[in-house]
Amino acid sequence: MISIRNVSKHYGSFQVLADCRAEVEKGEVIVVCGPSGSGKSTLIKCVNGLEPFQDGEIVVNGISVGDPKTDLSKLRAQVGMVFQNFELFPHMSITDNLAIAQIKVLGRSREEAVGRGLKLLERVGLSAQAEKFPGQLSGGQQQRVAIARALSMDPICMLFDEPTSALDPEMVKEVLDVMVGLAEEGMTMMVVTHEMGFARRVANRVIFMDQGRIVEDAAKEAFFGTPRSERAQQFLSKILQH
Amino acid sequence: MGYHWNWGVFLARVPSGETSYLGWMLSGLETTLALSLSASIIALVMGSVMGVLRTVPNRWLSGIAALYVEVFRNIPLLVQLFIWYFVLPELLPSGIGNAYKQMHPLLQQFAAAMVCLGLFTGARVCEQVRSGINSLPRGQKYAGLALGFTLPQTYRYVLLPMAFRIIVPPLTSEFLNIFKNSAVASTIGLLELAAQGRQLVDYTAQPYESFIAVTLTFMLLNAVIMGLMHRLEAKTRVPGYIGGGT
Repeated sequence: MISIRNVSKHYGSFQVLADCRAEVEKGEVIVVCGPSGSGKSTLIKCVNGLEPFQDGEIVVNGISVGDPKTDLSKLRAQVGMVFQNFELFPHMSITDNLAIAQIKVLGRSREEAVGRGLKLLERVGLSAQAEKFPGQLSGGQQQRVAIARALSMDPICMLFDEPTSALDPEMVKEVLDVMVGLAEEGMTMMVVTHEMGFARRVANRVIFMDQGRIVEDAAKEAFFGTPRSERAQQFLSKILQH
Repeated sequence: MGYHWNWGVFLARVPSGETSYLGWMLSGLETTLALSLSASIIALVMGSVMGVLRTVPNRWLSGIAALYVEVFRNIPLLVQLFIWYFVLPELLPSGIGNAYKQMHPLLQQFAAAMVCLGLFTGARVCEQVRSGINSLPRGQKYAGLALGFTLPQTYRYVLLPMAFRIIVPPLTSEFLNIFKNSAVASTIGLLELAAQGRQLVDYTAQPYESFIAVTLTFMLLNAVIMGLMHRLEAKTRVPGYIGGGT
């Protein structure tokens, strides 16, 4: 589904990504973790072309992201993405947030788009908020709407860029619950997160990054059991201590 | 001080007898309104287009917009007006130049002042549109693109609606400036409000009455604009939104 092949990216002389390689099969859940500045957010933004990269190739569902001939908008419409800061559109009601891209990008009728949006809103448990605006919702609620908005495009896979990092601790669970539900339904997911509980529960594999490199790419059991690299061991011991 | 107040002067007939001095003032007000409103439209359109171009990831387009701002912001308004009115018609291809010169003199003055004020203020609006767009979190653009919007759609549906809401207060002061700056057009002979005020002084030697009337009219105009812009701001306010963001 997603194939990352020898991808490198640099700003001037600063190497952000170095020779990254990874494969995500259909239905797999991949968790990407690593210290801040390790390039994990950049990597996931390269997958749908939000960040350009200089070398290598990323292929999503048979389409090359870096190819200048690729219609990136068309590709992105099929790839759902959820951001750290939710990024709902503040001037639109929740209903419009859910419907607008379906109408303008997929060409659905307003009626159909709103119907689909409200169904997904119900799924994330927020039917009562349909007429509100993003600024009137809590962070956790906003992030659940953001997930519903991404799902409203019927994506073939979902990218999550630290979806719980900007949330108060008590709101993390409500968002993770939605994500676990998605994973259990067989959605292909690539998730940048430090939520190791989530990783243990639903991830198939864990990718560990450091200084722009993929240091470790291992099945969940192997990663949490005995990570091969010393750097990953250090990282795990630090974040799992408490 | 021996000044002879005479508020009745406004009702006196002008020398040609076709109207009263009040009629002159009203026709001046009309010209000021027409000039300022048409220039505002030019400024808003030009400023919006150029402001967007300043933020797009294309060096040529943003360069063109930056050049526009530099040129129109760095030359005094009065000099720009003289260039539009006296110099440019001579530089135009003779066909267009002559057509312009054959227009009614009043239309010539109006056209030059309108384009001048519009483009001058457009450069300032451009910078405000740019700062409005840049004040939005970067993630908003990403979110629009990630949903499959093209870049123009992302501007249309995501970035500009918020950017314009944010810049309503500075835009208000630009509109106020257009009305005030429109008085500059009197230097090329356009009989707008300030020019009519001066004309009235020339004919009646009642400067206080004349300029008190002009001053109050400008203040009233600006109060109306401010009121309208406040209503616009209140009407487009986003529920629950608290500025800036991350």
